[in-house]
Amino acid sequence: MHLRSTLVSASVMALVAGGALAEELTIATVNNSDMIIMQELSSKWEEATGNTLNWVVLEENVLRQRVTTDIATNGGSFDIVTIGAYEAPIWGAQGWLVALDDLGDAYNYDDIFEPVLNGLSADGTLYAVPFYAESSFTFYRKDLFDAAGVELPDGQMTYDQFAEIVAKVHDPDNGVFGTCQRGKAGWGENMAFVGPLVNAFGGRWFDMDWKPTIDSDAWHNAVTYYVDLMNEFGPPGATANGHNENRALFADGKCATWVDATSAAGYIFNPDESSVADKTDFFQAPKQVTDKGTGWFWAWALAIPKSSQKADAAKNFLAWSTSEDYVNLVGETKGWVAAPPGTRKSTYENQAYLDAAPFAKTVENSILAANPADATLEPVPYTGVQFVAIPEFQGIGNYVGQQIAAALAGQMTVDEALKNSQQFAEREMAKAGYPK
Amino acid sequence: MARAVSNREKTVTTIVAWTLGILMFFPILWIAILSLKTEVDAIRGPIEVLTSGWTTESYGAVQARSDYFKHFTNSVVIALGSTLLGLLIAVPAAWAMAFVPAKRTKNVLMWMLSTKMLPPVGVLIPIYLIFRDTGLLDTRTGLVIVLMLINLPIIIWMLYTYFREIPGEILEAARMDGASLRKEVLYVLTPMAVPGIASTVLLNVILAWNEAFWTLNLTASKAAPLTAFIASYSSPEGLFYAKLSAASVMAIAPILIIGWFSQKQLVRGLTFGAVK
Repeated sequence: MHLRSTLVSASVMALVAGGALAEELTIATVNNSDMIIMQELSSKWEEATGNTLNWVVLEENVLRQRVTTDIATNGGSFDIVTIGAYEAPIWGAQGWLVALDDLGDAYNYDDIFEPVLNGLSADGTLYAVPFYAESSFTFYRKDLFDAAGVELPDGQMTYDQFAEIVAKVHDPDNGVFGTCQRGKAGWGENMAFVGPLVNAFGGRWFDMDWKPTIDSDAWHNAVTYYVDLMNEFGPPGATANGHNENRALFADGKCATWVDATSAAGYIFNPDESSVADKTDFFQAPKQVTDKGTGWFWAWALAIPKSSQKADAAKNFLAWSTSEDYVNLVGETKGWVAAPPGTRKSTYENQAYLDAAPFAKTVENSILAANPADATLEPVPYTGVQFVAIPEFQGIGNYVGQQIAAALAGQMTVDEALKNSQQFAEREMAKAGYPK
Repeated sequence: MARAVSNREKTVTTIVAWTLGILMFFPILWIAILSLKTEVDAIRGPIEVLTSGWTTESYGAVQARSDYFKHFTNSVVIALGSTLLGLLIAVPAAWAMAFVPAKRTKNVLMWMLSTKMLPPVGVLIPIYLIFRDTGLLDTRTGLVIVLMLINLPIIIWMLYTYFREIPGEILEAARMDGASLRKEVLYVLTPMAVPGIASTVLLNVILAWNEAFWTLNLTASKAAPLTAFIASYSSPEGLFYAKLSAASVMAIAPILIIGWFSQKQLVRGLTFGAVK
């Protein structure tokens, strides 16, 4: 039924295209399982419209550099690009992307979660349409919690409570570490965990005058907590562990808790890929002095560079590949657990999806709770939960990530790491001309 | 007279050489092993990796998702094209520097080599803009030109050191017999330098084959060589170790085989000449 409606809607879109000549579109995208499914299923769109797609699949950081070069120089190599929630508002504000507010009533914008739409817009204009979205929450091992007699508190627990629980389930003699968190340096790696942790401890990256506040008490408390927790209850060599490594450790039964992307739930819940599929459950990422910004927000989205000469055909593909019908197509052909998560309300009202993905409601709540426009205890001049949506953040985030990784490895104290980070951030912001 | 080498010395040297050889080859061997595992087994500890079952499913998955032969053809055309084009320019240049040196030839040689010290990213934007304006983005022609320019200093240096080993008197004799400059280079110098030219070609084909900055930045889909093919399986989120390993093995296999059969020429090319 859904498959048929997808094909019908694709055919209608082909007609709407007004008998235009078949176009050859080049699409640059990241390498992950959702995009691979899209690549496989896109032949249906190609058959329906007569257009063809050339795929350029690259690793996230290579893609970011490659696409930035092309868009900034108006190179025109790509008609569709996959970008994240960090780039969408910045590039949109720069005038590099085509506005995507006109995909038609059938696209049903109201069905998309509001935080997702907000995260991909600049000044009220939508510049990218979401392919999937994620927040962060805590994966935990039910069997280990039960064995240790741990009872979860009602509502969102604090990081102090989390540390007490981690201590109870820490059992390295039997190959289980109390917690596994990202330690690998990078704004998209360890800082994705540390950013929301700092939010929870009441910290912020910049004050209202764009002055960095990395040497504040809140940062000090958060990073000290992180370093102590990881040194006492984390796996050895944690500075080498990013998302993938921790995901493998958790799936292999080596971790009792893990705060990370909600999008990893489909993997952890898949018995073919995880040995703890039937022993895992979830709760919200902990809070501390505030519950604001404690779960991150990220989305992979599709956008059209202004330099593309084929924007109409590209819009047609975007309207198809991020539609409700596409979600249904994936569910029916690849299994509902593989459906792109986190973007549309209708996905979370679909009983077939809810049956296949018991984590669905927790994911939905985490995404709805992640508000990039209000993620800190004190007011800030920026948007973003685990990142700051300004071009300078990438460099600053990477540097601070390196300093914190060095503190975790014991190469310097937390105070030294934060002092260096503060100086670097002040220098970079002054160089960029802030406050603007 | 050659120094007598004791059996003990020979044994020690052999063991050290084999140990170093195995150490250097180990990463490639490990990639080959991982490529024959499932994704779940590939990320386990070394013992589990070695004791788990073997499968070729990653090779099948890679072949199904990517057009290997398109990337392979692009790599062959770009590597051979840039090397041959480089030779056309480098042979006359090296001849002039070796047999008709000027006062500052050495300085020119050093200056050419110094261009290799420039970080490529420093000229990315200007070259990108030139490519955009000349329609060379995502074309094999564009990559042949860029890789030729990048490797040209090495080609000239290598040929120069070879030509320096050839006695100038032989060329003089050819001239005395009435050979023109073209004939002298084509029929006298080049045949004598064939081993040197062969090792230069080999080394530069390998350098061009492995080049991953320009080939990734100046291509999209049509001219993308095997480096882009490998990059498409790298991911910080999701399990692609086995597929990435399979893609890497498929990408390096041709050059590994060529390198294996031509290792003598390569070693000679890298060690020949007094100025190296």
